[in-house]
Amino acid sequence: MSIRLRLDKPWRPLSTEEATRLPGQLGVYQVADAKGTVLFIGHAGGRSPFGLRSELQREASERGPGHQFRIEVNQQYRSRWFELLMVHKADHGSLPPDNAKNPPPNLGRLSPA
Amino acid sequence: MDFEPSEEQQLLIDQVRRFVREEIIPLEAKLDPDAAELEPADHARLVEKTKAMGLFGIDIPKEYGGPDIDIVTRVLLAIEMAQHRAGLYVPCYGTFGGAGLAQIFEANEDQKERYLYPTLRGEKKAFFGLTEPSGGSDPARAIQTRAERKDNGWVLNGAKIFISNADRAQYGIVFARTDAAKGRAGITCFLIDSDTPGFHVRRVVHTLRSSHYATELEFKDCWVSDHQVLGEVNKGFAVANDRLTRQRIPYAAGCIGVAIAAHEMAIEWAKMRSTFGEKLANRQAVQWMLVDNEIDIRTAKHFTLEAAEKARRGLPFRIEASIAKLTASEGGGRVVDRSMQIHGGMGMTKDLPLERWYREMRIRRVGEGPSEVQRMVIAREILGSNLR
Repeated sequence: MSIRLRLDKPWRPLSTEEATRLPGQLGVYQVADAKGTVLFIGHAGGRSPFGLRSELQREASERGPGHQFRIEVNQQYRSRWFELLMVHKADHGSLPPDNAKNPPPNLGRLSPA
Repeated sequence: MDFEPSEEQQLLIDQVRRFVREEIIPLEAKLDPDAAELEPADHARLVEKTKAMGLFGIDIPKEYGGPDIDIVTRVLLAIEMAQHRAGLYVPCYGTFGGAGLAQIFEANEDQKERYLYPTLRGEKKAFFGLTEPSGGSDPARAIQTRAERKDNGWVLNGAKIFISNADRAQYGIVFARTDAAKGRAGITCFLIDSDTPGFHVRRVVHTLRSSHYATELEFKDCWVSDHQVLGEVNKGFAVANDRLTRQRIPYAAGCIGVAIAAHEMAIEWAKMRSTFGEKLANRQAVQWMLVDNEIDIRTAKHFTLEAAEKARRGLPFRIEASIAKLTASEGGGRVVDRSMQIHGGMGMTKDLPLERWYREMRIRRVGEGPSEVQRMVIAREILGSNLR
């Protein structure tokens, strides 16, 4: 069974309380506005103190209310993060706005089937 | 054969060792544990340093503007360049340049202008497209991607898998079947620009190696002209075989470098760590693990340098390259495993590079020809080529 190319889990409200319930595991996440437009694709890597929980707590405190998120626990967080960025670019023609401000060097390109 | 480094080789070894310890490792400490790239400014700064050292483009022959490094010296340097967290698959984060498997010195002059020289100047990146979903160990039989004659060119249809860098490259070396009836004599090598209509990078293939990931490719009615044939039609297998055999020696050297780094960490830890009132280093169980590490490393180093020396002299080195690849990838895996065991719980964490080496070293027993194929190559040599 192959993993899904796109992150399509239901959105959850982005708040410190909701983030506190997240596992302290490695993985990837998306943050969207209230309409579901993806603003940022991030990852919780080996240097995140409490993995996804830390990253989403930080996102909640920095962004404030009116945002949503979804996560995927994934040990291969780095290759999955690159994949999600490339798929987003293929689907929308550009990176999510907050990734576009500081794009990763040498990002490749995919043309998903 | 005398494998003691010459004075000149030792100077180069010391230079690269200092570079790894003083430039790479301090930067790496700030990166994600699975990172495969430096910040662009750091990369550019370190490339200037390797150029000043006279070692940039380390795999490029002298006639193409590379440093004059023989393969034995190259092995000794590769062992040093691998001794950091990302060192197995991204030695020194690519700051020594080079094009790996995608060096196309057999290209014609037009192809060299369009592909080889820009690659050597660092302006173009390439991928090597050999393995397919139907298999990679036996490319002569496994290649199902077809290239059929059409409109003074070729139309490619098929798929490739486990292809590194295809999503970032400007072109690739792609092997396809041009004569279904001829087995290995029916394979042709093509140069495919990644913006060619019908060429698709479909997905990232997630493996134990989270950095420097691989991809899956699809060719769908992908037309290329005759000018894109590398070498001769139906002679592509020799191109692939040449790359794979030559690559086994530096591939082995990378495994040895990581094994040395893991072993040195285990020795240091064993001398420092006490359990039940005794240093680990004083316990026979730990001593024997360290002894076995030492034997695995010395064995692999001996066979790898033997293969390199034969290649340097222009002697056949196919069997030696297989022995080198086999002993280094299997022995290296055992060394990292034992070193983790000596470190206990800390050895399993991302705080130390051991867990990344453990995952990535496991791939080395499969990549570039699995252990079983290397044993098959050696068996054919000692039993005769008529063996069935």
